[in-house]
Amino acid sequence: MSFLLVIIALVILASAAVAMSLRNLIHSALLLVANWLGVAAFYLWAGAEFVAFAQVLIYVGAVSMIVLFAMLLTRRARADAAGGADSGGRTVAALLASGAVAGTLAFAALQTHLPAAASPAPPATVRDLGASLMGPHAAALVIVGMILTVALLGAVILAATERNPPEDDAP
Amino acid sequence: MLGSGLIKGLAVTAKNLAGSFHDPARFVTTEYPEVKTRLPENYRNFPFLVSENADDPMGTLRCVACQICEKECPPQCIYIEKSKDKKPDAAGKMQLYPAVFDIDISVCMSCQICVEVCPFDAIKMDQVFEIATPDRFQPLLLDRHQLAKPNGYFHEIHPTEAAEVDARLAAERKAAEEKARAAAAAKAAAPSAPATGTAAAPKPAPAPTPGPAAPGGGSAGTPKPPPAT
Amino acid sequence: MIAVSPAADSILERLPVILRDGFAGLFPQPLRWLAGSLLAIVAILAVFGLLFAFLTLAERKVLGRVQNRPGPNRTGPAGLFQPFADGIKMLTKEDIVPFVADRVLHFLAPVVLVAFSLLAFAVIPYGRRLVAVDLDSAVLFFFAAGAGNELAVFMAGWSSHNKYSLLAAMRALAQLISYELPLLLSVVPVVMLAGTLSATGIVAAQGGWTAGLVPHWFVLTPCGLAGFAIFIIAALAESNRSPFDLPEAESELIAGHLTEYSGFKYALFFMAEYFGMTALCGMGVTLFLGGWQAPCAFLQFIPSWVWFAVKLLALLLGCIWVRATFPRLRIDQLTRLAWKFLVPLALLNLLAAALWHLTAGWSGALQPVRWALALALVAGPFVLLGRRLSAGLAPRTYRYASS
Repeated sequence: MSFLLVIIALVILASAAVAMSLRNLIHSALLLVANWLGVAAFYLWAGAEFVAFAQVLIYVGAVSMIVLFAMLLTRRARADAAGGADSGGRTVAALLASGAVAGTLAFAALQTHLPAAASPAPPATVRDLGASLMGPHAAALVIVGMILTVALLGAVILAATERNPPEDDAP
Repeated sequence: MLGSGLIKGLAVTAKNLAGSFHDPARFVTTEYPEVKTRLPENYRNFPFLVSENADDPMGTLRCVACQICEKECPPQCIYIEKSKDKKPDAAGKMQLYPAVFDIDISVCMSCQICVEVCPFDAIKMDQVFEIATPDRFQPLLLDRHQLAKPNGYFHEIHPTEAAEVDARLAAERKAAEEKARAAAAAKAAAPSAPATGTAAAPKPAPAPTPGPAAPGGGSAGTPKPPPAT
Repeated sequence: MIAVSPAADSILERLPVILRDGFAGLFPQPLRWLAGSLLAIVAILAVFGLLFAFLTLAERKVLGRVQNRPGPNRTGPAGLFQPFADGIKMLTKEDIVPFVADRVLHFLAPVVLVAFSLLAFAVIPYGRRLVAVDLDSAVLFFFAAGAGNELAVFMAGWSSHNKYSLLAAMRALAQLISYELPLLLSVVPVVMLAGTLSATGIVAAQGGWTAGLVPHWFVLTPCGLAGFAIFIIAALAESNRSPFDLPEAESELIAGHLTEYSGFKYALFFMAEYFGMTALCGMGVTLFLGGWQAPCAFLQFIPSWVWFAVKLLALLLGCIWVRATFPRLRIDQLTRLAWKFLVPLALLNLLAAALWHLTAGWSGALQPVRWALALALVAGPFVLLGRRLSAGLAPRTYRYASS
């Protein structure tokens, strides 16, 4: 079983690493999609079916579209103007920042005491998930819903074009 | 209500679908080559030579090798060689006949001028179009054996025209026979009435001999109806 | 709650299971699950591959008959070899990739599309004991497998290095994303009424008959009927079928995102479209039409997989019928239909389903009240929204010049 986990972890990490190093932005975005698929595989390995399918549906289906559209609509140069460090100062700053983040994450992960599971967790059915979402985690659900509604309204307002005042003749 | 037009549209297509199995109005395809459409009578493709009866196609050709069609053909696709001897035609008169009569149908443009100018109703337009050949030179040069088709076939493909031609030819032949009989009667009466020699003398002159003049006179008398009515 | 009659265990019914067990029994015990799964995969590929082939032929023949002509009838008896002739033609065509195209993405796009479309077949229950993978959240898996569609369309449009392909891919993506929402929203009432996301569970919840004649399928409830209508429209749009086939119509930006594809890759795109349509129709049968359940109690002697096949073929023929009848929608009409009409109706349908679910205990004289309330909640907004949205557009009137 852990052999499978190693493979999944390799897929996740390798796709993320290659995505960062490619010059072609679209290729990077698609490798990021592969990364998300790897994460979904990880969820499946861990037995969380619902989360895995939701990950695919939302990340691969929708967030990837957002990323790709954003890339297409904002970059004029066609996939050649990919990021690479322009000067030595930027390289040093990038290494410092990534090193700091990696160090913090590694420290936190190593310091956390993760007990080995005494027994395999009972498979959570969708019913249990729904009950817990509507019960103890209802506040989170409502807040997330409100944030999404606000985002949608903002998108609609941004996309609405200026309209001429309507003519006065009645149809 | 929204959607009522959609339902009506679906009903129309369903009616078409169901009707195409039993209603000929809703299945207009003719599945050629198993089913052939009936060609209109005036359809024409390439010419053919009319022979009076099917038992002796070469011997009863109406064509007398006058070569008018050869001269009138715009792309010059007809090649005729006259025969050296003469044979009796349907009315009994001795006529030449075509020893060679070739039409190159890769050149022929189906203009029908040869039919219009023929004084003997010898060449008419055929309707066959399934004559594709693998070689585009020799097999598309039709000789008189391939071109000769009986009058009965002409009746099958162009019934109105064939009936009109036959009626006209029969009338001309009858008129010629009448004149011949009248001339013979006059000739028989001529020796018995030498006093009427002056009257008999001009008689043979206007008495037209059956042959080229009669159909010519017939054609002048009753103008040929144009084939495409 | 299925009234399992002795006919449910007839030899015909159990035939596929017997075959699978027989095949898997040839292998040693540790590998039996693998053998069974492989057999399921091969069976699905074979059955739905052949169904795809003959569906293309059926489509051409039905379209032909509607248009007063026979369809293909020269290749083989009644044209039965036509799909194989088409397959051979597609396979032997030259595969042209534009010089400046992104070769990797150009190759991957049809592969991703077909792979995700085939994944969707894994969770549909084809018979009483015939489901490839019995997942607890099968419906979510099904729609997650459909998410690959959009990715593949984008990859196809982008990698062609053709601005018209890219524009058309953007339009196709707009269509796919717009109709994702009504598709999912129309399924939520079914999940609410059945209480589970599992496909087998949803089919089981539609078992039983009233008076042995009227089945308890979801399509025969008001919220289910509206949900089915919305689901079918959204399914046609999701699989790029007429009248929503703007992305692939020949007159639209040449061929949309498929412009630079030829030969086998083009065939793969069309295979994926038909697979998507079949999978969505199969899911529609499962969710709304009772899956493999028989319509009347006494008809249970016919095996369950035959019933599934009959219902699936009926839905597919309905899709072909719709293709033969309706003109294509423009992109703005498409998106307006999705956002302004289908999404509000789907949300109100959710409300009607909640009402239906909560009043399940009503009985006696309250039953007609329940039906009337649910129907009003479903039909009322339909009529009102319909009137409101088509307000400025009157039916065409024609004035002819006086002769």
